[in-house]
This record gives sequence, C-alpha cells and structure tokens, in this order.
Amino acid sequence: MKRTTIGKVKYRLNVALVTGITAACLAIYLVPFLFMIFTSLKTQGQISELGAPIWPAKAPVFLYQDQELEVYNVPFPDGTVRTMAALNKARTYTDFIDISDDPEYTADNPYHWTGYYASLKRPWKFSPTWENFKIVWEKIDYLRVMGNTMFYAIVTNIGVLLSCTLVAFGFSRFRFPGRDFLFMLLISTMFLPGTVTLIPTYAFFKWIGWVGKWWPLIVPAFFANPYDAFLIRQYFLTLPRELDEAAMMDGAGPLRILWSVILPQSWAVIVAVTVFHIVWAWNDYFGPLIYLSTRPELQPISVALSRFNGIYGQKPYLIQAGSLMALVLPVILFFAAQRFFMQGVVVTGVEK
Amino acid sequence: MEQLISFRFRRVSLRKLSAKDRREMKHGLTFISPWIIGFMAFTFLPMVATFIFTFLDMSITEGIYNPVRFMGLGNYKALFQDQTVWRVPSLRVVWTQEIVEDGIKKQIFSPQVKMDPPGAMWVTVVFGIYALPVGIFVPLALALLLNSRYLKAKSLFRTLFYMPYVVPFVAAVFLWGGILNPETGWANRFLMQLGVPKAALPQWANDVFWVYPTYIIMGIWGIGNAMLIMLAGLQNVPTELYDAAKVDGAGPMAIFFKITWPMISPVVFYNLILSVVGLFQYFLVPLVVNQGTGRPGGATFFYNLKLYKEFFTYQKISYGATMAWILFVVILIVTIILFGTARKWVYYAAESA
Repeated sequence: MKRTTIGKVKYRLNVALVTGITAACLAIYLVPFLFMIFTSLKTQGQISELGAPIWPAKAPVFLYQDQELEVYNVPFPDGTVRTMAALNKARTYTDFIDISDDPEYTADNPYHWTGYYASLKRPWKFSPTWENFKIVWEKIDYLRVMGNTMFYAIVTNIGVLLSCTLVAFGFSRFRFPGRDFLFMLLISTMFLPGTVTLIPTYAFFKWIGWVGKWWPLIVPAFFANPYDAFLIRQYFLTLPRELDEAAMMDGAGPLRILWSVILPQSWAVIVAVTVFHIVWAWNDYFGPLIYLSTRPELQPISVALSRFNGIYGQKPYLIQAGSLMALVLPVILFFAAQRFFMQGVVVTGVEK
Repeated sequence: MEQLISFRFRRVSLRKLSAKDRREMKHGLTFISPWIIGFMAFTFLPMVATFIFTFLDMSITEGIYNPVRFMGLGNYKALFQDQTVWRVPSLRVVWTQEIVEDGIKKQIFSPQVKMDPPGAMWVTVVFGIYALPVGIFVPLALALLLNSRYLKAKSLFRTLFYMPYVVPFVAAVFLWGGILNPETGWANRFLMQLGVPKAALPQWANDVFWVYPTYIIMGIWGIGNAMLIMLAGLQNVPTELYDAAKVDGAGPMAIFFKITWPMISPVVFYNLILSVVGLFQYFLVPLVVNQGTGRPGGATFFYNLKLYKEFFTYQKISYGATMAWILFVVILIVTIILFGTARKWVYYAAESA
C-alpha cells in the first residue's frame, strides 16, 4: 500500500517535471509570435522609449502650462503611492505636482522627492496602434500579392494533384520490368541538390522568353514531384485491390478504376497533399525571386515581404506587421487540417 | 531510404512477357509518363547540360548570349584557383607598406596583421559543422520529450511544436531577426535585465562570431518535420522490446543506446542525408538577412551565394555551372561516404530478418 503511494507521488513529480520542461521549451520556441504581435501594434516612439514595457504601452502625460510632464508613481513616507507629474527632474531629486483637480502639491508647493526619477515606475497603459497594418496593406499591395500567391498555389496544386495521382497509380497498381528501378530513381531525386539543374533550366527559360512570366513556376508542377508522388503511392498501396479487380472484371479501364474506385477512397491523402502544397507555395521564395524579379506586380508574398524589408528594414513595427500578414493564412490552414498534414509528413519521412 | 539501400537489379527478359504483362507494362509506363517526361526535362537533361556547360565559355552581356566557345578545362582551372572559394581564413603579416611621398612611390617598413576573409567553401563547411548537430539532435531531443510517458497533453504539444514549420521562412527570419535585433530585440533586452553590460551585448547578425548562431536560431522552426518523423520512429519501437529490456534489468542509458537509437537510426539517417544536402546549398537566409553581401567580414559568403552572384549578377553561365557541378560532386562524395557508414550504424529490421 505504502509502496504504491510513493510510486504515485514519484509519477506525479515526473509528470510535473517533464510537462513543465516541455512547456518552458515551447514558450521560448513560440516567443517570436508574441514579439511579432506586440511589435506590430507599436509606434516608433513606443519601441525606442527607454524603460517602456514589452507590450504596446503609453504612459499618460500631464499638461501643465503647455508643457507635457511625465507622470510617475511616487512613494510617500507613509507608504502610500501617488500618481504625480514630474515638474523639475534632476539626478538626485525630483519635484512632483499633483495631477488631480484638487491639487495638494502645486508648482508653488511641489512634493520634493529625493532619488533618481528613472527608478520610479510609470503608470503604463495598454495602447495599441492599428495603423501599421494599414500601411503594410497599402505599401505591399496586399490584395494583389495575396492574389498572386493564391493563384500560384492553386494552379500548381492542380498540376501536382493531377500528375502525382497518375504517377502514383502507375507505380502502385501495375507490374512491369524496370518499375522498381524507376521508383528508386524517383526517390533518389529527393536528395538531388537543386543547384545542379538550376543554371541550364534558367538559361533555357530565358532563351524562350519565359523569365518574367509565370510559366517556369507553373509548368514543372504538371510533371510530378517525388515527395507528393511518393506520398500518394504509399496511400494507394494501403487500399485493398479487390475493388479494382472487381471493377476490372466489369470491364472498367485503368482510368475508370482510378477515377471511380481509387480516388473516392483517397480524399485524406488529397487533402494532405493540397495543404502541403499551399504551405509550400506560401514559403517558396527562390523560384519566384529568380523568375519574377523584374515583375513586382506578379510576385507572391515571400518575395514581396523580402522586398518590403529592403525598403522598411529600419522600421521593425512595419516588418512585424508584414510578417504577421504573411504567415496568418498558412497557420490557420495548418490548424484546420493539422491531422492530415502531420500524418503526411510521417509517411514521407518514415516509410521510405 | 530502405528501398534505396536494399535495391537490387533483377534481369527480366522482355520476350518472355505474356500479352497481359505487356498490357500492364503499357499502362504502367503511360501512367508514370508525366514523371518520366518531367525527370528528363527538369532533372536529367539540365544535369547533362550543366556538365557540358562546364567545358564551354558562355556568358550574357546586356541580355544577349555571347558566342559560345570551347574552353576545355579552363573553368575548372579558374575555379580551383579561385581564392574567394577555397581560402582558409588566416592571419597574415604584411611587413611593408607602399606610400606616395612627393609624388614618388616608396616602400616603408610598417608591419601589419591582416586577416583574409574566408573562402565560400570554408564558410559553407564551417556553418554546416555548427548547424548539422542542431538539425539532428534538437529534433531528436524534442521527439524524446514528446514521447515521454510522463508528458501530459501530448498531441497539443506536438501540434504547437510543429506549427511554426508552416510559417514562410522569410517571415520566420524576420520574426527571429526581430527578437535578435541588437537595439530593439527582446534577446538583448533580456540579457540587459540579467546584468550584461551594454558593451558586451551580442551584435547577432552583425557580428562575425554571432552570425552563425543567429542563422541557426532563425532556422530553428525548420526542425518541425525532422521532429515529427523522429517521433513517429520512436512510437514505432515495439513496446515488447522495452519490456524485455526492463525485465533484464537494463538502465535508461542502456535502453536508449541498445534499443531506442538502433530502432530510430533509419529516420536519423534520412534526416542526416537531407540536412547535409541542404546545408551544402545553404544561402537563402544570408541572401535575405544580409542582402547577400557576405557581411560581416565575409563570414556569410556561402558557396551557393557566390554561385548565385556569378550567375545572376555577373551572368557568367559557365563559371556558375562549373561551381554547381563541383558542388554536386562534393555532395555526392559526402553522401556516398555517409551511405558507406550506414552499414555500421543504421539498423534496418528487414535486413537481419
């Protein structure tokens, strides 16, 4: 009996320890999101103000004879704290006056406090600015940039779904000599450094006049990629063959089987590939950078955001607001489809 | 990965195929043809072209291709002699200085210590040595934590640790870059709270010493995939193995090294290969953060950044292709060496079964 109680206490201690450590790691890991939200709600003054809290805050000022006086929480000898305005600030003392309508301490009779004023607390108030998002919206041409990104994501996703489904079907449902070799070749291209194909590909697209157009980014998507083809193929392998065989007996051709038998059972993998692909398109930087660098009006969000940073890099509140507007959609999409998404990652990573 | 390692050629005679087999072959090849065409057009032919370009002299001036000349091994010779690629950073003493006095050039004795900026390959390899362990062991540690039987709310933690992976990398770089901003970021603010004097605060991306840790922190959200894959690997370890080990009185260290590590070594190996290939080509973060200038002090002038500049800025097609080909060969050699070591430490259940 006693032994189990000790065991329980030990178990609970371990739970508290492990869960606590994990939560602490997570907090550090996610702290940039908080930084982003706070900074995007600040003005330049709120960022550079010394002693200001990390959240967007403003300390009230007291208007006295056309002067803006800073307001502090001033301790009194009797232990009370009063919010007062600093009239004369010096290194070793400060004269404070009351900010109430019925002042006890006035300019003629200030409260003489000994100490350095910067050590006093100020009554900060939460004061967010929404202006930054408006500026980013206009300067980055948000609607157009989002439209471009969406267009890029959707068109290439159609290409990926079409081509990878066909390829996966070919690899999973037919036996033919050389199939295993071709499949190995497909997998090994996942590890191929993209740099080695970059230059002739770009030179070719330039030669046929496609640089500055969408085509170099869209056309390759219609010719399958190893990641999605692999993922879909693995999924198809788990589907029972009895149904295809029955359909074949009824005289259905392979395309018919793919369309009417396999695909209706495959929506989970189709959702996974779609979400992967949209996240990928939102992230894609290098392709749009090299092919659309001269056409800002066609660029998707990642390139536009980087260009925006080149212009407003010295204004962290604008950069953070812009980053927030760039990441919000993929993050929402992830939370909406996270189960499919994470399963897909596991399949591509573990089963190879 | 296992399929790559265990692949064996089998001889098949096409003549022996029955009509049904032939039909199946026709269908199969038709269905995979999008990939075959794509592979030829966007992988195989460009690779061959890259190789051919390395023997030519191709360049563009003002948007027009110059006449192509055969160069032989000239590009390779130029590349191997290119000090901005291969130089090891070293201190060098310059004993004399040239000055102009009354219109006459003079050599005067004035020793000075100078440091040559590191070559692009050196930068790439050194950064890789920093980043590779982070890319393998941080996700592994997180996966172990997430797999612990003492952890509550597992799936919530897993989702939240994975979530930043979907943040576009440009945005992630700006978020962490904001945290690490020497003046306005929270990192230095926190260090100041701890009492670090202002002069000793790290300058992060502007400092030769701190710039690599800065890049690693900026890329930390990229570990989500590796973490998830390793976690799945941990969850696939049969519990009977652990139970048996405990019955035999094995301690936690023994259990980790004798059971957990061998069982997840395939996924570690997969991530290792992907990381090595990725790190040799690393350059987008310096391109975004330090505008591809190589600042500070040439420490961020990565190999691929130089390639990018030679090709896109200076339009030297052949030189860029030669750099790309040499990089490919280097990556290939390193990968082959890693595959060679895999026999020793990567455990595939099917092999021994």
